[in-house]
Amino acid sequence: MNEVAELAPLAKVLGEPLRELPHDLYIPPEALEIFLETFEGPLDLLLYLIRKHGLDPLDIPMAEVTRQYMDYVEMMRTNRLELAAEYLLMAALLVEIKSRMLLPRHVEATEEEADPRAELVRRLLEYEQMKLAAYSLDHVPQAGRDFSLAQVWVEEAARERLPEVSPADLAQAWLGLLAKARVTRHHRITREQLSVREHMSRILRFLREREFVEFGELFDVARGVPELVVSFLAVLELVKEALVEVSQQEAFAPIYVKLSHAVVRQ
Amino acid sequence: MLSSVNNLQQIKLILETALLVSPEPLSLADLKKLFEEDMSGESLRKVLDELRSDWVGRGVELVNVASGWRFQARPEFQSYLDRLNPEKPPRYSRAVLETLAIIAYRQPVTRGDIEEIRGVTVGSTLLKALETRGWVEVVGNREVPGRPGLYATTKTFLDDLNLRSLQELPPLEDMGRLLEAGEERSEMSGDGQGVP
Repeated sequence: MNEVAELAPLAKVLGEPLRELPHDLYIPPEALEIFLETFEGPLDLLLYLIRKHGLDPLDIPMAEVTRQYMDYVEMMRTNRLELAAEYLLMAALLVEIKSRMLLPRHVEATEEEADPRAELVRRLLEYEQMKLAAYSLDHVPQAGRDFSLAQVWVEEAARERLPEVSPADLAQAWLGLLAKARVTRHHRITREQLSVREHMSRILRFLREREFVEFGELFDVARGVPELVVSFLAVLELVKEALVEVSQQEAFAPIYVKLSHAVVRQ
Repeated sequence: MLSSVNNLQQIKLILETALLVSPEPLSLADLKKLFEEDMSGESLRKVLDELRSDWVGRGVELVNVASGWRFQARPEFQSYLDRLNPEKPPRYSRAVLETLAIIAYRQPVTRGDIEEIRGVTVGSTLLKALETRGWVEVVGNREVPGRPGLYATTKTFLDDLNLRSLQELPPLEDMGRLLEAGEERSEMSGDGQGVP
Protein backbone atom coordinates (compact mmCIF):
# COMPACT_ATOMS: atom_id res chain seq x y z
CA MET A 1 0.00 0.00 0.00
CA ASN A 2 0.86 3.57 -0.47
CA GLU A 3 2.40 5.63 2.26
CA VAL A 4 -0.56 7.97 2.28
CA ALA A 5 -2.82 5.23 3.52
CA GLU A 6 -0.70 4.78 6.59
CA LEU A 7 -1.16 8.33 7.82
CA ALA A 8 -3.62 7.45 10.55
CA PRO A 9 -5.27 10.82 11.23
CA LEU A 10 -5.58 12.35 7.83
CA ALA A 11 -4.70 15.98 7.56
CA LYS A 12 -7.08 18.82 8.17
CA VAL A 13 -7.94 20.70 5.03
CA LEU A 14 -9.16 24.27 5.61
CA GLY A 15 -9.96 23.36 9.18
CA GLU A 16 -12.05 20.39 8.08
CA PRO A 17 -10.63 17.06 9.16
CA LEU A 18 -10.11 14.85 6.16
CA ARG A 19 -11.39 11.46 7.22
CA GLU A 20 -11.52 9.62 3.97
CA LEU A 21 -8.47 8.87 1.95
CA PRO A 22 -9.03 10.23 -1.53
CA HIS A 23 -9.16 6.97 -3.41
CA ASP A 24 -7.60 8.41 -6.51
CA LEU A 25 -4.37 8.99 -4.63
CA TYR A 26 -3.54 5.32 -4.53
CA ILE A 27 -1.80 4.13 -7.61
CA PRO A 28 -1.05 0.48 -8.14
CA PRO A 29 2.60 0.11 -9.16
CA GLU A 30 1.66 -1.40 -12.51
CA ALA A 31 -0.35 1.71 -13.32
CA LEU A 32 2.52 4.04 -12.59
CA GLU A 33 3.72 4.12 -16.16
CA ILE A 34 0.30 5.22 -17.33
CA PHE A 35 0.08 7.65 -14.46
CA LEU A 36 3.36 9.32 -15.39
CA GLU A 37 2.28 9.73 -18.97
CA THR A 38 -1.00 11.35 -18.05
CA PHE A 39 0.65 14.33 -16.42
CA GLU A 40 2.32 16.99 -18.45
CA GLY A 41 4.78 17.86 -15.71
CA PRO A 42 4.88 19.10 -12.11
CA LEU A 43 2.48 22.01 -12.65
CA ASP A 44 -0.04 19.63 -14.15
CA LEU A 45 0.28 17.22 -11.24
CA LEU A 46 -0.05 20.00 -8.70
CA LEU A 47 -3.06 21.40 -10.48
CA TYR A 48 -4.59 17.94 -10.48
CA LEU A 49 -4.11 17.59 -6.72
CA ILE A 50 -5.63 20.99 -6.03
CA ARG A 51 -8.58 20.57 -8.39
CA LYS A 52 -9.29 17.00 -7.40
CA HIS A 53 -9.65 17.98 -3.78
CA GLY A 54 -11.60 21.10 -4.52
CA LEU A 55 -8.98 23.23 -2.82
CA ASP A 56 -9.02 26.99 -3.10
CA PRO A 57 -6.10 27.95 -5.36
CA LEU A 58 -5.72 31.19 -3.42
CA ASP A 59 -5.40 29.34 -0.12
CA ILE A 60 -3.44 26.22 -0.89
CA PRO A 61 -2.73 24.15 2.25
CA MET A 62 0.95 23.90 1.53
CA ALA A 63 1.84 21.14 4.00
CA GLU A 64 -0.88 18.79 2.78
CA VAL A 65 -0.36 19.44 -0.89
CA THR A 66 3.40 19.11 -0.51
CA ARG A 67 3.02 15.82 1.31
CA GLN A 68 0.74 14.36 -1.34
CA TYR A 69 2.92 15.70 -4.09
CA MET A 70 6.00 14.13 -2.50
CA ASP A 71 4.27 10.75 -2.39
CA TYR A 72 3.96 10.82 -6.14
CA VAL A 73 7.52 12.01 -6.60
CA GLU A 74 8.77 9.28 -4.29
CA MET A 75 7.15 6.69 -6.52
CA MET A 76 8.71 8.28 -9.55
CA ARG A 77 12.14 8.30 -7.96
CA THR A 78 12.07 4.57 -7.41
CA ASN A 79 10.77 3.72 -10.85
CA ARG A 80 11.69 6.39 -13.33
CA LEU A 81 14.45 8.47 -11.85
CA GLU A 82 15.11 10.32 -15.10
CA LEU A 83 11.60 11.75 -15.04
CA ALA A 84 11.81 13.00 -11.48
CA ALA A 85 14.12 16.00 -11.95
CA GLU A 86 11.46 18.51 -12.95
CA TYR A 87 9.15 17.16 -10.29
CA LEU A 88 11.85 17.44 -7.63
CA LEU A 89 12.42 21.07 -8.56
CA MET A 90 8.75 21.74 -7.89
CA ALA A 91 8.96 19.84 -4.62
CA ALA A 92 11.82 22.09 -3.53
CA LEU A 93 9.72 25.12 -4.43
CA LEU A 94 6.78 23.81 -2.41
CA VAL A 95 8.97 23.23 0.64
CA GLU A 96 10.51 26.65 0.23
CA ILE A 97 7.09 28.28 0.14
CA LYS A 98 6.01 26.36 3.20
CA SER A 99 9.11 27.35 5.17
CA ARG A 100 8.72 30.99 4.18
CA MET A 101 5.13 30.85 5.41
CA LEU A 102 6.34 29.60 8.76
CA LEU A 103 8.78 32.47 9.19
CA PRO A 104 7.50 35.59 10.93
CA ARG A 105 6.76 38.32 8.42
CA HIS A 106 7.70 41.92 8.49
CA VAL A 107 4.79 44.01 9.57
CA GLU A 108 5.50 46.53 6.84
CA ALA A 109 5.49 43.86 4.16
CA THR A 110 3.60 44.90 1.09
CA GLU A 111 0.51 43.14 -0.10
CA GLU A 112 2.44 41.39 -2.80
CA GLU A 113 5.05 39.95 -0.49
CA ALA A 114 2.48 38.93 2.04
CA ASP A 115 1.82 35.49 0.62
CA PRO A 116 4.76 33.46 -0.66
CA ARG A 117 2.27 31.32 -2.56
CA ALA A 118 1.28 34.13 -4.90
CA GLU A 119 3.80 33.36 -7.65
CA LEU A 120 2.96 29.67 -7.58
CA VAL A 121 -0.72 30.48 -7.84
CA ARG A 122 -0.06 32.78 -10.78
CA ARG A 123 1.88 30.05 -12.58
CA LEU A 124 -0.73 27.43 -11.79
CA LEU A 125 -3.54 29.58 -13.11
CA GLU A 126 -1.64 30.59 -16.21
CA TYR A 127 -0.89 26.96 -16.92
CA GLU A 128 -4.48 25.98 -16.32
CA GLN A 129 -5.66 28.70 -18.65
CA MET A 130 -3.42 27.40 -21.41
CA LYS A 131 -4.37 23.82 -20.69
CA LEU A 132 -8.03 24.67 -21.10
CA ALA A 133 -7.22 26.69 -24.22
CA ALA A 134 -5.47 23.64 -25.66
CA TYR A 135 -8.57 21.63 -24.88
CA SER A 136 -10.93 24.01 -26.63
CA LEU A 137 -8.49 24.51 -29.50
CA ASP A 138 -8.60 20.78 -30.08
CA HIS A 139 -12.36 21.05 -30.35
CA VAL A 140 -12.25 23.66 -33.08
CA PRO A 141 -13.11 21.89 -36.34
CA GLN A 142 -9.97 21.15 -38.31
CA ALA A 143 -9.56 20.88 -42.06
CA GLY A 144 -8.99 17.28 -43.00
CA ARG A 145 -10.08 16.01 -39.61
CA ASP A 146 -13.54 17.47 -39.11
CA PHE A 147 -14.32 18.75 -42.57
CA SER A 148 -12.95 18.34 -46.07
CA LEU A 149 -11.99 20.92 -48.62
CA ALA A 150 -13.98 20.97 -51.83
CA GLN A 151 -12.20 20.86 -55.11
CA VAL A 152 -13.54 20.26 -58.55
CA TRP A 153 -11.29 18.29 -60.81
CA VAL A 154 -10.10 20.19 -63.82
CA GLU A 155 -8.99 18.53 -67.02
CA GLU A 156 -5.43 19.74 -66.83
CA ALA A 157 -4.51 18.54 -70.32
CA ALA A 158 -7.13 20.77 -71.88
CA ARG A 159 -5.52 23.93 -70.63
CA GLU A 160 -1.95 22.81 -70.78
CA ARG A 161 0.10 25.36 -72.69
CA LEU A 162 2.76 23.91 -74.89
CA PRO A 163 5.92 25.90 -75.59
CA GLU A 164 6.49 27.17 -79.15
CA VAL A 165 9.45 26.09 -81.23
CA SER A 166 10.94 27.97 -84.19
CA PRO A 167 13.04 26.34 -86.96
CA ALA A 168 15.97 28.51 -85.90
CA ASP A 169 15.77 27.05 -82.39
CA LEU A 170 15.86 23.57 -83.88
CA ALA A 171 18.89 24.36 -86.02
CA GLN A 172 20.64 25.84 -83.02
CA ALA A 173 19.88 22.79 -80.97
CA TRP A 174 21.18 20.47 -83.67
CA LEU A 175 24.44 22.41 -83.97
CA GLY A 176 24.79 22.31 -80.24
CA LEU A 177 24.33 18.58 -80.28
CA LEU A 178 26.99 18.17 -82.95
CA ALA A 179 29.47 20.30 -81.04
CA LYS A 180 28.77 18.33 -77.94
CA ALA A 181 29.15 15.04 -79.79
CA ARG A 182 32.59 16.10 -81.02
CA VAL A 183 33.75 16.87 -77.53
CA THR A 184 32.34 13.82 -75.92
CA ARG A 185 33.32 11.43 -78.72
CA HIS A 186 34.92 8.28 -77.45
CA HIS A 187 38.60 7.88 -77.81
CA ARG A 188 38.99 4.34 -78.96
CA ILE A 189 42.00 2.80 -77.38
CA THR A 190 42.74 -0.62 -78.72
CA ARG A 191 45.57 -2.81 -77.76
CA GLU A 192 47.75 -3.50 -80.72
CA GLN A 193 48.91 -7.00 -80.71
CA LEU A 194 52.63 -6.42 -80.63
CA SER A 195 54.60 -9.37 -79.52
CA VAL A 196 58.21 -9.00 -78.49
CA ARG A 197 58.75 -12.66 -79.37
CA GLU A 198 57.43 -12.05 -82.84
CA HIS A 199 59.89 -9.21 -83.38
CA MET A 200 62.72 -11.26 -81.98
CA SER A 201 62.01 -13.80 -84.68
CA ARG A 202 61.75 -11.13 -87.31
CA ILE A 203 65.14 -9.67 -86.33
CA LEU A 204 66.78 -13.10 -86.24
CA ARG A 205 65.42 -13.86 -89.72
CA PHE A 206 66.66 -10.49 -90.93
CA LEU A 207 70.14 -11.04 -89.47
CA ARG A 208 70.45 -14.54 -90.85
CA GLU A 209 70.61 -13.15 -94.34
CA ARG A 210 73.33 -10.64 -93.51
CA GLU A 211 76.52 -10.79 -91.59
CA PHE A 212 76.51 -7.33 -90.08
CA VAL A 213 73.58 -4.98 -89.78
CA GLU A 214 73.72 -1.43 -88.66
CA PHE A 215 71.55 -0.98 -85.55
CA GLY A 216 69.26 1.53 -87.24
CA GLU A 217 68.38 -0.87 -89.99
CA LEU A 218 66.52 -3.08 -87.56
CA PHE A 219 63.93 -0.40 -87.04
CA ASP A 220 61.29 0.77 -89.44
CA VAL A 221 60.44 4.31 -88.30
CA ALA A 222 57.40 4.39 -90.56
CA ARG A 223 55.61 1.77 -88.48
CA GLY A 224 55.14 3.98 -85.47
CA VAL A 225 56.43 4.37 -81.97
CA PRO A 226 54.88 1.21 -80.47
CA GLU A 227 56.63 -0.89 -83.12
CA LEU A 228 59.94 0.84 -82.43
CA VAL A 229 59.63 0.22 -78.72
CA VAL A 230 58.77 -3.41 -79.17
CA SER A 231 61.58 -3.84 -81.70
CA PHE A 232 64.01 -2.31 -79.26
CA LEU A 233 62.75 -4.57 -76.49
CA ALA A 234 63.19 -7.48 -78.86
CA VAL A 235 66.83 -6.55 -79.47
CA LEU A 236 67.45 -6.27 -75.73
CA GLU A 237 65.79 -9.61 -75.22
CA LEU A 238 67.92 -11.17 -77.95
CA VAL A 239 71.08 -9.79 -76.38
CA LYS A 240 70.04 -11.11 -73.01
CA GLU A 241 69.47 -14.55 -74.45
CA ALA A 242 72.86 -14.26 -76.16
CA LEU A 243 71.35 -14.79 -79.59
CA VAL A 244 72.79 -11.60 -81.07
CA GLU A 245 75.85 -9.54 -80.42
CA VAL A 246 75.84 -5.78 -80.40
CA SER A 247 79.10 -3.99 -80.88
CA GLN A 248 80.41 -0.52 -81.15
CA GLN A 249 84.02 0.51 -81.82
CA GLU A 250 83.92 3.75 -79.91
CA ALA A 251 81.46 6.28 -78.60
CA PHE A 252 79.13 7.66 -81.28
CA ALA A 253 80.46 5.19 -83.80
CA PRO A 254 77.86 3.12 -85.67
CA ILE A 255 76.43 0.21 -83.70
CA TYR A 256 76.47 -3.10 -85.46
CA VAL A 257 74.35 -6.08 -84.73
CA LYS A 258 75.18 -9.62 -85.79
CA LEU A 259 74.09 -13.11 -84.92
CA SER A 260 76.11 -14.69 -82.23
CA HIS A 261 78.29 -17.62 -83.18
CA ALA A 262 76.07 -20.14 -81.54
CA VAL A 263 73.20 -19.22 -83.80
CA VAL A 264 75.35 -19.14 -86.90
CA ARG A 265 76.54 -22.60 -86.20
CA GLN A 266 73.08 -24.02 -86.20
CA MET B 1 -19.82 48.53 -64.88
CA LEU B 2 -21.82 45.72 -63.28
CA SER B 3 -25.13 47.39 -63.70
CA SER B 4 -26.99 44.70 -65.56
CA VAL B 5 -28.32 41.64 -63.78
CA ASN B 6 -26.89 39.42 -66.52
CA ASN B 7 -23.46 40.77 -65.88
CA LEU B 8 -23.80 40.10 -62.14
CA GLN B 9 -24.93 36.56 -62.82
CA GLN B 10 -21.91 36.05 -65.06
CA ILE B 11 -19.54 37.41 -62.42
CA LYS B 12 -21.03 35.11 -59.84
CA LEU B 13 -20.53 32.08 -62.09
CA ILE B 14 -16.93 33.04 -62.79
CA LEU B 15 -16.24 33.41 -59.07
CA GLU B 16 -17.92 30.11 -58.32
CA THR B 17 -15.94 28.27 -60.97
CA ALA B 18 -12.64 29.77 -59.91
CA LEU B 19 -13.25 28.97 -56.25
CA LEU B 20 -14.31 25.42 -57.01
CA VAL B 21 -11.28 24.58 -59.10
CA SER B 22 -8.73 26.26 -56.85
CA PRO B 23 -6.81 23.97 -54.48
CA GLU B 24 -6.05 26.96 -52.20
CA PRO B 25 -8.27 29.65 -50.73
CA LEU B 26 -8.51 32.65 -53.06
CA SER B 27 -8.08 36.15 -51.66
CA LEU B 28 -10.06 39.13 -52.89
CA ALA B 29 -6.93 40.24 -54.74
CA ASP B 30 -6.76 36.86 -56.50
CA LEU B 31 -10.42 37.02 -57.40
CA LYS B 32 -10.07 40.52 -58.84
CA LYS B 33 -7.59 39.18 -61.37
CA LEU B 34 -10.39 37.12 -62.91
CA PHE B 35 -11.96 40.21 -64.40
CA GLU B 36 -10.69 42.65 -66.97
CA GLU B 37 -12.68 45.51 -65.60
CA ASP B 38 -11.76 46.92 -62.23
CA MET B 39 -13.94 45.47 -59.47
CA SER B 40 -14.18 47.11 -56.12
CA GLY B 41 -13.57 44.89 -53.11
CA GLU B 42 -16.95 45.87 -51.80
CA SER B 43 -18.92 44.76 -54.86
CA LEU B 44 -16.88 41.58 -55.04
CA ARG B 45 -17.71 40.82 -51.43
CA LYS B 46 -21.37 41.41 -52.15
CA VAL B 47 -21.36 38.87 -54.96
CA LEU B 48 -19.46 36.40 -52.76
CA ASP B 49 -22.07 36.81 -50.04
CA GLU B 50 -24.79 36.10 -52.60
CA LEU B 51 -22.87 33.08 -53.81
CA ARG B 52 -22.59 31.85 -50.25
CA SER B 53 -26.34 32.06 -49.71
CA ASP B 54 -26.88 30.29 -53.05
CA TRP B 55 -25.04 27.28 -51.62
CA VAL B 56 -26.96 27.14 -48.37
CA GLY B 57 -28.60 23.76 -48.04
CA ARG B 58 -25.93 21.93 -50.01
CA GLY B 59 -23.23 19.58 -48.71
CA VAL B 60 -20.60 22.09 -49.68
CA GLU B 61 -20.39 25.65 -48.38
CA LEU B 62 -18.44 28.78 -49.23
CA VAL B 63 -16.40 30.08 -46.29
CA ASN B 64 -14.08 32.97 -45.64
CA VAL B 65 -10.81 32.01 -43.89
CA ALA B 66 -7.54 33.85 -43.20
CA SER B 67 -6.14 33.34 -46.72
CA GLY B 68 -9.38 34.08 -48.53
CA TRP B 69 -12.46 32.29 -49.75
CA ARG B 70 -12.86 28.60 -50.37
CA PHE B 71 -15.45 25.88 -50.81
CA GLN B 72 -15.45 23.12 -48.22
CA ALA B 73 -17.67 20.24 -47.20
CA ARG B 74 -19.93 20.88 -44.25
CA PRO B 75 -18.55 19.26 -41.07
CA GLU B 76 -21.73 17.20 -40.59
CA PHE B 77 -20.84 15.18 -43.68
CA GLN B 78 -17.36 14.31 -42.49
CA SER B 79 -18.51 11.11 -40.81
CA TYR B 80 -19.76 9.87 -44.18
CA LEU B 81 -16.64 10.98 -46.02
CA ASP B 82 -14.52 9.20 -43.42
CA ARG B 83 -15.99 5.90 -44.57
CA LEU B 84 -14.17 6.32 -47.88
CA ASN B 85 -10.93 6.56 -45.98
CA PRO B 86 -11.45 4.77 -42.67
CA GLU B 87 -8.00 5.62 -41.33
CA LYS B 88 -8.52 8.35 -38.76
CA PRO B 89 -5.81 10.99 -38.64
CA PRO B 90 -3.83 10.62 -35.40
CA ARG B 91 -4.62 13.13 -32.69
CA TYR B 92 -1.99 15.36 -31.21
CA SER B 93 -0.76 14.64 -27.71
CA ARG B 94 -1.59 17.00 -24.86
CA ALA B 95 2.00 18.24 -24.90
CA VAL B 96 1.66 19.29 -28.56
CA LEU B 97 -1.76 20.84 -28.00
CA GLU B 98 -0.63 22.83 -24.97
CA THR B 99 2.40 24.08 -26.85
CA LEU B 100 0.20 25.05 -29.79
CA ALA B 101 -2.21 26.85 -27.48
CA ILE B 102 0.58 28.84 -25.85
CA ILE B 103 1.97 29.86 -29.24
CA ALA B 104 -1.50 30.75 -30.53
CA TYR B 105 -2.55 32.83 -27.53
CA ARG B 106 0.77 34.26 -26.37
CA GLN B 107 2.65 34.70 -29.65
CA PRO B 108 5.35 35.52 -30.37
CA VAL B 109 6.94 33.29 -27.76
CA THR B 110 10.28 31.55 -27.35
CA ARG B 111 10.70 27.96 -26.37
CA GLY B 112 11.73 29.25 -22.94
CA ASP B 113 8.41 31.08 -22.57
CA ILE B 114 6.54 27.89 -23.40
CA GLU B 115 8.60 25.91 -20.89
CA GLU B 116 7.99 28.57 -18.25
CA ILE B 117 4.22 28.24 -18.62
CA ARG B 118 4.13 24.45 -18.95
CA GLY B 119 6.72 23.84 -16.23
CA VAL B 120 8.48 21.19 -18.30
CA THR B 121 11.08 21.02 -21.02
CA VAL B 122 9.72 21.34 -24.52
CA GLY B 123 11.43 18.93 -26.88
CA SER B 124 12.47 20.15 -30.30
CA THR B 125 10.60 17.26 -31.94
CA LEU B 126 7.44 18.71 -30.48
CA LEU B 127 7.97 22.11 -32.11
CA LYS B 128 9.18 20.39 -35.28
CA ALA B 129 5.88 18.51 -35.49
CA LEU B 130 3.98 21.80 -35.47
CA GLU B 131 6.40 23.39 -37.92
CA THR B 132 6.14 20.45 -40.30
CA ARG B 133 2.37 20.75 -40.15
CA GLY B 134 2.83 24.34 -41.30
CA TRP B 135 1.00 25.68 -38.28
CA VAL B 136 3.83 27.53 -36.52
CA GLU B 137 7.03 29.22 -37.67
CA VAL B 138 9.89 31.24 -36.29
CA VAL B 139 9.15 34.88 -37.07
CA GLY B 140 12.20 36.43 -35.43
CA ASN B 141 14.63 36.23 -32.58
CA ARG B 142 14.49 37.75 -29.15
CA GLU B 143 17.48 39.98 -28.57
CA VAL B 144 18.73 38.21 -25.48
CA PRO B 145 21.73 35.89 -25.10
CA GLY B 146 21.31 32.91 -27.39
CA ARG B 147 18.89 34.85 -29.61
CA PRO B 148 16.09 32.29 -29.17
CA GLY B 149 13.60 31.99 -32.02
CA LEU B 150 10.18 33.56 -31.57
CA TYR B 151 7.33 31.27 -32.58
CA ALA B 152 4.04 32.40 -34.05
CA THR B 153 1.15 30.69 -35.77
CA THR B 154 0.79 30.79 -39.56
CA LYS B 155 -2.04 31.57 -41.96
CA THR B 156 -2.27 27.85 -42.68
CA PHE B 157 -3.09 27.30 -39.03
CA LEU B 158 -5.98 29.77 -39.25
CA ASP B 159 -7.11 28.32 -42.59
CA ASP B 160 -7.09 24.76 -41.25
CA LEU B 161 -9.12 25.81 -38.22
CA ASN B 162 -11.55 27.77 -40.36
CA LEU B 163 -10.60 31.08 -38.76
CA ARG B 164 -10.19 34.47 -40.35
CA SER B 165 -7.96 35.89 -37.62
CA LEU B 166 -6.54 35.13 -34.19
CA GLN B 167 -9.43 37.09 -32.72
CA GLU B 168 -11.67 34.19 -33.67
CA LEU B 169 -9.80 31.72 -31.47
CA PRO B 170 -11.94 30.33 -28.65
CA PRO B 171 -11.81 32.93 -25.85
CA LEU B 172 -9.48 32.20 -22.96
CA GLU B 173 -10.98 31.06 -19.69
CA ASP B 174 -11.31 34.00 -17.36
CA MET B 175 -8.75 33.97 -14.53
CA GLY B 176 -11.45 34.92 -12.06
CA ARG B 177 -13.53 31.93 -13.05
CA LEU B 178 -10.51 29.67 -12.73
CA LEU B 179 -10.15 30.80 -9.14
CA GLU B 180 -13.57 29.50 -8.29
CA ALA B 181 -12.40 25.95 -8.13
CA GLY B 182 -15.24 24.17 -9.83
CA GLU B 183 -16.15 20.53 -10.02
CA GLU B 184 -16.55 20.70 -13.77
CA ARG B 185 -12.97 21.97 -13.96
CA SER B 186 -11.56 18.93 -12.28
CA GLU B 187 -13.44 16.73 -14.72
CA MET B 188 -11.94 18.50 -17.64
CA SER B 189 -8.45 18.61 -16.21
CA GLY B 190 -8.81 14.89 -15.75
CA ASP B 191 -8.99 14.13 -19.46
CA GLY B 192 -8.15 10.49 -18.99
CA GLN B 193 -6.37 11.07 -15.73
CA GLY B 194 -8.79 8.96 -13.74
CA VAL B 195 -6.05 6.67 -12.65
CA PRO B 196 -7.27 3.18 -11.81
